[in-house]
Amino acid sequence: MSLLIQSIVNGLNQGAVYALVALGYTMVYGIIRMINFAHGDFIMVGSYTLFYTVPLMVLAGMPAWMAVILAIIVCIGVGIAVEQIAYKPVRGAGSMTALITALAMSLLLENLALVLFGANPKSVPAIFNLPMIEFLGAKIQSKYLITLAIGVIMMLALQVFIKKTRIGKAMRAVPQDKQAATLSGIKVDRIITLTFAIGSGLAGVAALMYCSTYPRATTEMGTMLGLKAFIAAVLGGIGIIPGAMIGGLIVGLLEIFIKVYIAPGWYEAITYMILIVVLLVKPTGLLGKNIGEKV
Amino acid sequence: MSNTTAVLEAKGLGVEFGGLKAVSQFDISIGDGELVGLIGPNGAGKTTVFNLLTGVYQPTEGKFFMNGEIMNGKPTHLVVHSGIARTFQNIRLFKNMTVLDNVKIAFNRKMKYGLASAVFRTGSFWKEENEIDEKARELLKLFHLEELADTKAGNLPYGKQRKLEITRALATDMKVLLLDEPAAGMNPTETAELLESINMIREKFRISILLIEHDMSLVMKICERIIVLNYGQILASGTPEQIANNPDVITAYLGKA
Amino acid sequence: MPKARKIDYIINLAGVIVLFFLLMFIFDTELLGRVRSYIQGIVIIAMISIVMVCSLNLITGFMGEFSLGHAGFMSIGAYSSAVVTMALENAGIILPDLLLFLIAIVIGGIITALMGVLVGIPALRLRGDYLAIVTIAFAEIIRVAFTNFQITGGGKTLSGIPKLSDYHYVYVITAISVCVMYMYVRSRFGRCVRAIREDYIAASASGINVTYYKVMTFTVSAFFAGVSGAMYAHYITSLIPTKFSFNYSAEFLTMVILGGTGSLTGSVVGAAVLSALPEALRSFQAYRMLIYSVVLVLVMIFKPSGLFGSYEFSLPGVLRTLTGRKKGGAKDE
Repeated sequence: MSLLIQSIVNGLNQGAVYALVALGYTMVYGIIRMINFAHGDFIMVGSYTLFYTVPLMVLAGMPAWMAVILAIIVCIGVGIAVEQIAYKPVRGAGSMTALITALAMSLLLENLALVLFGANPKSVPAIFNLPMIEFLGAKIQSKYLITLAIGVIMMLALQVFIKKTRIGKAMRAVPQDKQAATLSGIKVDRIITLTFAIGSGLAGVAALMYCSTYPRATTEMGTMLGLKAFIAAVLGGIGIIPGAMIGGLIVGLLEIFIKVYIAPGWYEAITYMILIVVLLVKPTGLLGKNIGEKV
Repeated sequence: MSNTTAVLEAKGLGVEFGGLKAVSQFDISIGDGELVGLIGPNGAGKTTVFNLLTGVYQPTEGKFFMNGEIMNGKPTHLVVHSGIARTFQNIRLFKNMTVLDNVKIAFNRKMKYGLASAVFRTGSFWKEENEIDEKARELLKLFHLEELADTKAGNLPYGKQRKLEITRALATDMKVLLLDEPAAGMNPTETAELLESINMIREKFRISILLIEHDMSLVMKICERIIVLNYGQILASGTPEQIANNPDVITAYLGKA
Repeated sequence: MPKARKIDYIINLAGVIVLFFLLMFIFDTELLGRVRSYIQGIVIIAMISIVMVCSLNLITGFMGEFSLGHAGFMSIGAYSSAVVTMALENAGIILPDLLLFLIAIVIGGIITALMGVLVGIPALRLRGDYLAIVTIAFAEIIRVAFTNFQITGGGKTLSGIPKLSDYHYVYVITAISVCVMYMYVRSRFGRCVRAIREDYIAASASGINVTYYKVMTFTVSAFFAGVSGAMYAHYITSLIPTKFSFNYSAEFLTMVILGGTGSLTGSVVGAAVLSALPEALRSFQAYRMLIYSVVLVLVMIFKPSGLFGSYEFSLPGVLRTLTGRKKGGAKDE
């Protein structure tokens, strides 16, 4: 019983990270139909930022988690730079070119980090120093609950932003009809940049959540994390914001449960199997609608 | 001129997308060598009919037959093998391949050599490749495209691209040709040339044609029978004169305009 | 066979043989002195990469689809061939090196090709981005499997693989592989695959069984990735699953793109240069992938078709150009 509760909390914690990262993929894909391979690496950027800024915050007598603000700012900066420098010039050049460019940016960020920070992992100082909570005999890390709460709040806030604000509405309009959006006075380029900014900012938050659980920054941490988050986005239905959240939580829970109860050595393989099965059976994901190709 | 035996036949054919009937109760029977027109207002479901008859969409109701053989459930390439070929409304050529290669692709079914022959360049490889080369050039000659055999298909002028698409369809060795708005976007000279090509292939290959076309004068001039589609259903069918005088058809067209 | 073509083939073959003797002259004499074995190693790795990159180009360039998990196929070839040759050695069966090497190549190629069919049939129903992601997923599953299987080292390094990949053998296999892939591309199979890349709907409307030719090409590509893996395993002599990661796949993709999608010549040059260059400049090692990625972005922005586009080198073609008899390279088979 206690193991079950612990697993659920761990799974949700993990899932919340995936969900936040998946949001970044989904928003970008939703607006320009491109898998931003570099998105996972934004979390790496955020994590290294935390590695350097958490001690600074502590030194300045402020709470360690305030470092996330700097992480968000750095991530947004990198996100916008990537979009402006690399993606904008190849927009409209075909999906193959876009995909390779995204891949190249991912490699670029990772190898830039390798040159800047070296190959050794950096351990990020503890961000939350909170006691364990006893609940029905299960020991639960209270920081997990905090990250979970942060995750849920971020998702709700995003949902409200997209649904209610003018900019949010413009973001939804652009993917549906770029020309019509332009005609109705929406600055498409600016909306795309803004989408990248929000996605990257979320990656900064995800970095905080990830580092509070796994306090290590490595140059290639973004690759697999990004891939799994992408799986979550596809599972929920790419381009659909609630889908990313649901997909993230499902992938997180599944991973923890497979790790704990079924086959610890194989949990990653099973996550990938899920992706393959989803793509083959219902490529539009859980919440997606089927759209045939126009002939 | 229409024969009693149908080459291509559809009975109650229809397809639904998410509960919406795009086409329903579509009946057609095309005889050997017949030229049938399929007309109707925009969005009436004409191209959907083509997609059904070529296996791009699987029908959710009804059946269709080619030479009496049921075609439901067959993937496009097998439908093509049984003798139904088509062109597309928005020309679909292999743009970065040569004109000659575009035609050779459609001959692929005739080629039997395997991987080993390809790798070792055996006699059968050269024999088949040379045969296909010759055949493809002959076909191109019929459409006066032989001079352009080595040009990239995407670099051809519009009218010639249309012709090449028809040449490619012919190369599949089909019995029924579905032409989707072949005259769209053509100037009068090009349309006249197209008409000439259509007449030429009917005489030479004795094939049946189902033609979607908006150019009414063209349709009235060459079709032996016309089917009018409206809201996914057959509104009327008959000879050009009957259709021209059918009050339902007139309302469907004029009511919209 | 047309006579002119026959002569062309013979000239090309002669070129390959001359290059072979050139290598022998360089490596089997005292020309290079102390650095001989070092240079030889670079050349072997470059040739292994050539096979790998050409095979990847079949999918990326000619079929126009993505395989971002090609290192996974390479690892299947590497592990399967290594397991077999090690088992043969452990069983006390003494075979001549050449025979054992050929067994490794055939095993590596065939098992990987089988895996290619198994992966290809479901995966190739997808296209574009989704196919790219699925190939990564398959490669990761393969990696996890090799980490878990006892026979492949159970997550530790699998070492003690016989060193069979001598440069003579590797050269011959590389030359044959590239030649076979070239013949494949310049046949009805290659023509169909290019048509599918251009417009798969039009291809099926022209009577082409799209899935069949895609799976076929995927399988041929997997076969040669396996061959490359087998040569790699029997050169490096120890394997670890993490080597065949996503980044390794991305490295090969970089070589394909830089050389030119749709040009095997480009792949050969891209693979040779990009795998030899960092070895030659040791201090440059840390910056290697960084520079690759920058170059890749620049190529995408300024020349997406890569250095060679779809140009193919042919010795007779070049000779004709040099002697002014005919311009252009081998444009068509």
